[in-house]
Amino acid sequence: MNSLMWAALDSHVIAKRNVIKIKRVPEVLMFVLISPIMFVLLFAYVFGDSIAIPGGSYREFLIGGIFAQTVVFGATFTGAGLADDMQKGIIDRFRALPMSRAAVLVGRTASDVIYNVLSLLIMALTGLVVGWRIHNGLVDAAFGFALLLAFAYAFSWVMAYVGLIVPSVEVINNASFVVIFPLTFVANTFVPSENLPGVLRTFAEWNPVSAVTQAARDLFGNIPPGTPEPTVWPLQNAVLYTIIWIIVIIAIFAPLSVNRYRKAR
Amino acid sequence: MSTIEAKGLVKHYGDVKALDGLDLYVPEGNILGLLGPNGAGKTTAVNILTTLIRPTDGTATVAGADVLKSPGKVRKRIGLSGQFAAVDENLTGYENLDMIGRLYRLGREPARIRARELLDRFDLTDAADRPVKTYSGGMRRRLDLAGAIVAEPPVLFLDEPTTGLDPRSRTEMWGVIRDLVGKGTTLLLTTQYLEEADQLADDIVVIDHGREIAHGTADDLKAMIGGERVEVTVTTVDAIARASEILATFSGGEVQTNERTRKLIAPMSGGSAEFRHVLRDLEDAGITVYDVGMRRPTLDDVFLTLTGDVAESDEVRDAEKVGT
Ligand SMILES: Nc1ncnc2c1ncn2[C@@H]1O[C@H](COP(=O)(O)OP(=O)(O)OP(=O)(O)O)[C@@H](O)[C@H]1O
Ligand SMILES: [Mg+2]
Repeated sequence: MNSLMWAALDSHVIAKRNVIKIKRVPEVLMFVLISPIMFVLLFAYVFGDSIAIPGGSYREFLIGGIFAQTVVFGATFTGAGLADDMQKGIIDRFRALPMSRAAVLVGRTASDVIYNVLSLLIMALTGLVVGWRIHNGLVDAAFGFALLLAFAYAFSWVMAYVGLIVPSVEVINNASFVVIFPLTFVANTFVPSENLPGVLRTFAEWNPVSAVTQAARDLFGNIPPGTPEPTVWPLQNAVLYTIIWIIVIIAIFAPLSVNRYRKAR
Repeated sequence: MSTIEAKGLVKHYGDVKALDGLDLYVPEGNILGLLGPNGAGKTTAVNILTTLIRPTDGTATVAGADVLKSPGKVRKRIGLSGQFAAVDENLTGYENLDMIGRLYRLGREPARIRARELLDRFDLTDAADRPVKTYSGGMRRRLDLAGAIVAEPPVLFLDEPTTGLDPRSRTEMWGVIRDLVGKGTTLLLTTQYLEEADQLADDIVVIDHGREIAHGTADDLKAMIGGERVEVTVTTVDAIARASEILATFSGGEVQTNERTRKLIAPMSGGSAEFRHVLRDLEDAGITVYDVGMRRPTLDDVFLTLTGDVAESDEVRDAEKVGT
């Protein structure tokens, strides 16, 4: 067998181990599933009727944003999982084994996709209950979900890197707030980016989270017909712009994380 | 050529010299005991030899492979059980060993068989399918050790394998380790217990502040530090001087005293007859003793003899600040 196949096999062994943990500590999964439900309901009922979207319903507008924010936050699990393994010395055990040097990270990011698949599923169902609908057909919608998942996967490599450099799980949870909150709020997730002032507006327009949100709304058919066309390239080409970011993030953070893992401590 | 060979290992962490020029040689099939107090550099040495960290300076080969140039080869030939049991709490004992077997690339079926075999051998069969969360400290330690030998590596590193175990589990662990090495495994073992090194090791290297301070067989070391000690704790500080004089007549002048703990320690070679004699003399001098006993030499005694200073474990350092 060549080394790529070994790496895949090792990653599979690691992913399996992580999945066992998801099953054995169901409390984590419970919160993963409850918090998006809470998010959808809170936004739908607290802000749902108070923010006006030209020509459409705020609830429908909102869902794409909540999806994007939730899956980006899901990356925290990747960081926390790795920080926990570091803290408990398990990473050191792996590092002394003759296994692939990428497997712990590939296996981790892969198994964490499960969290996002489940939370998207739950959010979609909750969304349907509060009045969100898919208007563009299932194929486009499926592509929208795939794009959200792929973006989340890329982002989990960022948090993997952070997880390897912070000393503990507590730190990663706080660190991720510092990174993820601005990224998901200074965006078109909850208000149209045109409503934001000056610099924030520019940031929001070029923010990849805006693009993935825009792409999801587009593919779900949640952008009402009367809405003015976006004026900036990233939002006009949201799908393409998102894919570029996915590739760039992975191309930077995967090697960076693997390198960090090799040297850990 | 030795199976483990380290030359001039240096590791700096900022200003801390964790290792300061350490040489180690372990011939094939031998056990080296690396003996030292907290912070001596034992774990640092193990981490360098198992490719976990890079030395600031120095070279090392393990089973013929260079630790720095071909770490991948080294990893194929070693097993490591670190200072703190690195087992996955959420997996069962079986799942832990099966995973390690797969990662050593034994193959699916052989990994399974090996996992069951080891659980049997380490007396964990009953707990095999319970999450490790529910294991006692001793069980975790055994599982961790089992993890180190999943692939039957020719070279084994055990970092303080019995620290935190009760005396019974410790004796059991010694049996397990002896068994392993009977099969030709080369072993580097770290410990803070002189007795443990004595029980297991062919060769002992005593280190402190990242440097070797003594090297030899257990018998060599014992010859250096002498045999048993008598330890006397008197009830009043005033009695220390007089008690010290009495002990000196038996030990040939060598007595260690600590005013804070009111404890006196002196080497004594005459066995229980002499011990009774000491008691009688103390009583005749009108000294009331709080506690008295004979004990075998410890790491502290090694340090006292070799460096004229007590081992700087935290406890002793605290004692020093107040007393003596
Ligand atoms: N990552 C690190 N950063 C800074 N200092 C370190 C680091 N690792 C070890 N040290 C320092 O290096 C010295 C040697 O540590 P080491 O862990 O090797 O000692 P040890 O002999 O294993 O001690 P113990 O018996 O307590 O396990 C200590 O002073 C320790 O504080
Ligand atoms: Mg140590």
